[in-house]
Amino acid sequence: MNLTEHLPILVVIIPLMTAPLCVLLDHPRLAWFAALASSWVSFAAAISLVMQVSAQGPISYWLGGWEPPWGIEYRIDVLASYVLLIVTAMAALVLIFAKESVQKEIPEQRIAYFYAAFMLAFAGLAGIVATGDAFNVFVFLEISSLATYALISMGKDRRALNASFTYLVMGTIGATFILIGIGSLYMMTGTLNMLDLAERLPEVADTRTVRAGFAFLTVGIGLKLALFPLHLWLPNAYAYAPSMVSAFLAATATKVAIYLLLRAILVIFGIDFSLGLMPLDNLLLVLGLIGMLSASLVAVYQRDIKRLFAYSSVAQIGYMVLGVGLANATGITSTILHLFNHALMKGALFIALGAVAYRIGSTTLKDFSGLGRQMPFTMAGIVAGGLSLIGIPPSVGFISKWYLVLATLEQNLWPVALLVLFGSFLAVIYVWKLVEAAYFGEPDDTRTIREAPLSMLAPLWILVIANFYFGIHTDLTVGLATQATSALTGGGG
Amino acid sequence: MIAIAIIRLRDLFAIVILFGIYSFLTAVLFMDLDAVDVAFTEAAVGAGVTTVLMLSSLYLTSRWEAAPRHSSFLPLLVVIITGAVLVYSTLDAPLYGDPSAPVHQHVAPRYIQKGPTEVGMPNMVTAVLASYRGYDTFGETFVIFTAGLGVMLLLGVQKPHKPRPELNTIEDEIVLKVVVKLLIPLILLYGLYVQFHGDFGAGGGFQAGVIFATGFILYDLAFGEKEVRKVVPAHWLPRLAALGVLIYGGVGVISLLNNKPFLDYSALAHDPVHGQHLGVLLVELGVGITVFSVILLIFYVLANRRRQS
Amino acid sequence: MIDPGLYNYWIVVFLMMAGFYVVISQGNLVKKLVGLSLFQTSVFIFYISMGKISGGEAPILVEGITVYSNPLPHVLILTAIVVGVATISVGLALVVRIHEAYGTIEEDEIHEQDLIDDETTEDPSSFSNGEKNG
Repeated sequence: MNLTEHLPILVVIIPLMTAPLCVLLDHPRLAWFAALASSWVSFAAAISLVMQVSAQGPISYWLGGWEPPWGIEYRIDVLASYVLLIVTAMAALVLIFAKESVQKEIPEQRIAYFYAAFMLAFAGLAGIVATGDAFNVFVFLEISSLATYALISMGKDRRALNASFTYLVMGTIGATFILIGIGSLYMMTGTLNMLDLAERLPEVADTRTVRAGFAFLTVGIGLKLALFPLHLWLPNAYAYAPSMVSAFLAATATKVAIYLLLRAILVIFGIDFSLGLMPLDNLLLVLGLIGMLSASLVAVYQRDIKRLFAYSSVAQIGYMVLGVGLANATGITSTILHLFNHALMKGALFIALGAVAYRIGSTTLKDFSGLGRQMPFTMAGIVAGGLSLIGIPPSVGFISKWYLVLATLEQNLWPVALLVLFGSFLAVIYVWKLVEAAYFGEPDDTRTIREAPLSMLAPLWILVIANFYFGIHTDLTVGLATQATSALTGGGG
Repeated sequence: MIAIAIIRLRDLFAIVILFGIYSFLTAVLFMDLDAVDVAFTEAAVGAGVTTVLMLSSLYLTSRWEAAPRHSSFLPLLVVIITGAVLVYSTLDAPLYGDPSAPVHQHVAPRYIQKGPTEVGMPNMVTAVLASYRGYDTFGETFVIFTAGLGVMLLLGVQKPHKPRPELNTIEDEIVLKVVVKLLIPLILLYGLYVQFHGDFGAGGGFQAGVIFATGFILYDLAFGEKEVRKVVPAHWLPRLAALGVLIYGGVGVISLLNNKPFLDYSALAHDPVHGQHLGVLLVELGVGITVFSVILLIFYVLANRRRQS
Repeated sequence: MIDPGLYNYWIVVFLMMAGFYVVISQGNLVKKLVGLSLFQTSVFIFYISMGKISGGEAPILVEGITVYSNPLPHVLILTAIVVGVATISVGLALVVRIHEAYGTIEEDEIHEQDLIDDETTEDPSSFSNGEKNG
């Protein structure tokens, strides 16, 4: 068997097949090891995919050997390989962190199943990214969503159950909307393959059915994306989920949704239709801005740090959507950049919070009092992640904001640029709250807290270093992002 | 209309039963629309499995719904807008039943014309399901597996417990017991028939799995769980489900090992059509096993909870 | 413009919206799930309707029949039905757990208890998710 030829499918099925394996093993440590090993293999596959795609252009893989549009096609272009890289890298890092954290948070006899569910969530996300078939998106979306609902409900607090249920209802409505959207497109074109759709849609673009289908698809993705005002499920889901689940979801799930949005509006419908014919650009612009500002404001008032950063995620989604709404190449580049960069910072922050939860069992602001001295490495990681979130050079956060502001100025929308900066200012406030408590608050002397174990610090600091490494050496990320943008907007998927 | 009744009623029990009827009517409608496979599944799943599961969980929660407290104006508005968009979208849609609609022009004709020869089976739905779009079905099997896993994570399977008072059996109804006893072999036989006859008639692994599970559930209801669990212990079920998806995936991996694309069944035999046949048979088997064990598993788990509370 | 060929779709739209309304307006969690199911089932009818050809037959090869209905929507909906039942079963399991943890399956009552939880574990100033009921 020729490995390189089958890379597109291997990235997805290796984690997918690990899930039943975990169930068969039914042993906590073995299951963890299987999950870890397969996610690293998948990560390696993603790396070689990135290299293969940027050298030879998009790869098309025919599942079952049937040529598209009759069979299902996996299509890896620059953007897809880039997002696959994010997803697999985060899974691989989070799983290192998971070992100790899961042992503490999940009942012993359920750990193996927990990892199985995690692998399904991971593989589902990877499947959404890799596929070139509209209906296949729906199937893998449901694999990952169902697994995610179960994972979130494993949080220790009973509010996790309610959060999970809310997410289930919202998520299913979103998925059903997507299904209606796909149905309308299929009705007008007779095909489900994305590229084939892109080819056949212009003929019928002027029909009301296609326009409504577009609306349903966008709203459905918006629900999954937690786009303001459809974000209400997200903060609680992230806040009450087990630590490793929050870390993984915050770093990947919304990124995949953004990717889907980009795919839908740029590849399937084409930029002229989505941003020209439909008033989507202005809508995204406004929603992105409101989401960014309102969620940042709410974040400032949060007392639970996990929830604080969850709201901050909603705000960051605002930035990414804003980039799309600007409807120029720089804006889209900034969004794609931020996919990667935001994964780095939120991954680091949530892993650090997980480490705190591991040591003191809670993440309320009160409990952070004096932690700067008790868990110096963890707290330093949080501060570094926070700086990146604010956008201080030379962090990656600065790079994405730089491109975003550049894009607004290109469109002569300087008020928007000011608002983006104001959003950063709000981020300063909420990060400062934490720093103040951790470094200037009085430690509670009645408790002795040790630094987090190495298996948690290692992935945390890998991410922190990446935050600054990719802030200084921007060639790789900016290069890929511009390449992806020109492929998307130039029409040559 | 049943849908309206569901909105208005407060008795959850009645709602669930009404929903079962609604599903059944939908199945009849599907029949009328030529979708026999879908009708079969909807009847088994919507009217059967979903209703049973909903009833089991109602048993665990409460039957009556509280009076609504907040106004329903905003939801109504959202619904009306969404509905309006949908009606608007149908204005340009091809007419119902029109053979020249795009749906019937582009991809579909090949399935109809070449499906029987390329895949070698008369039931085109099975051909598309298991071969042309076999990867979707692979995903679907994983969805079922995920659901089983999710329910396990949430409700868990307890360790074998002491003999319990047989709460949910119909201990004294001898006539019923005899009827059930007669019915079950028939159900299982029918399940087998559906499993292996999907290439020709309606049916396939999914429907067969449901039918099989129904047989076992019926047995459980009539004779108590002890008997059933002698045949299929609860702790086997997750493994069985995992095995089912592994069979499906295994077929794909064999294709990979022969340097063919994932799930390319022509790798299984020298003659491509023969390979297709074998592949479809195997993956349907995987689907059947997974579906059977997950549905039975969910039923067991809910029944287990019932006893504890 | 108004043509009998579209009535079928309109009935489907009505059913869909009935389900959707149940999901977003009802406070009872089980009823929400029933609504969700209703919503999805109606979408299935929508798909199957578009696969129908007048005078066509079920897509199983039989001698002497030339017009078959489109098998592809059938396949998609088979998958979607399975996805639907999977979602509902996870949802029901969640409802059971919620009932055990909160003693109720009414959204409002759960929400009230959540607010109390928020106050006891955090400082009283966080009412941030109070917007949930919209």
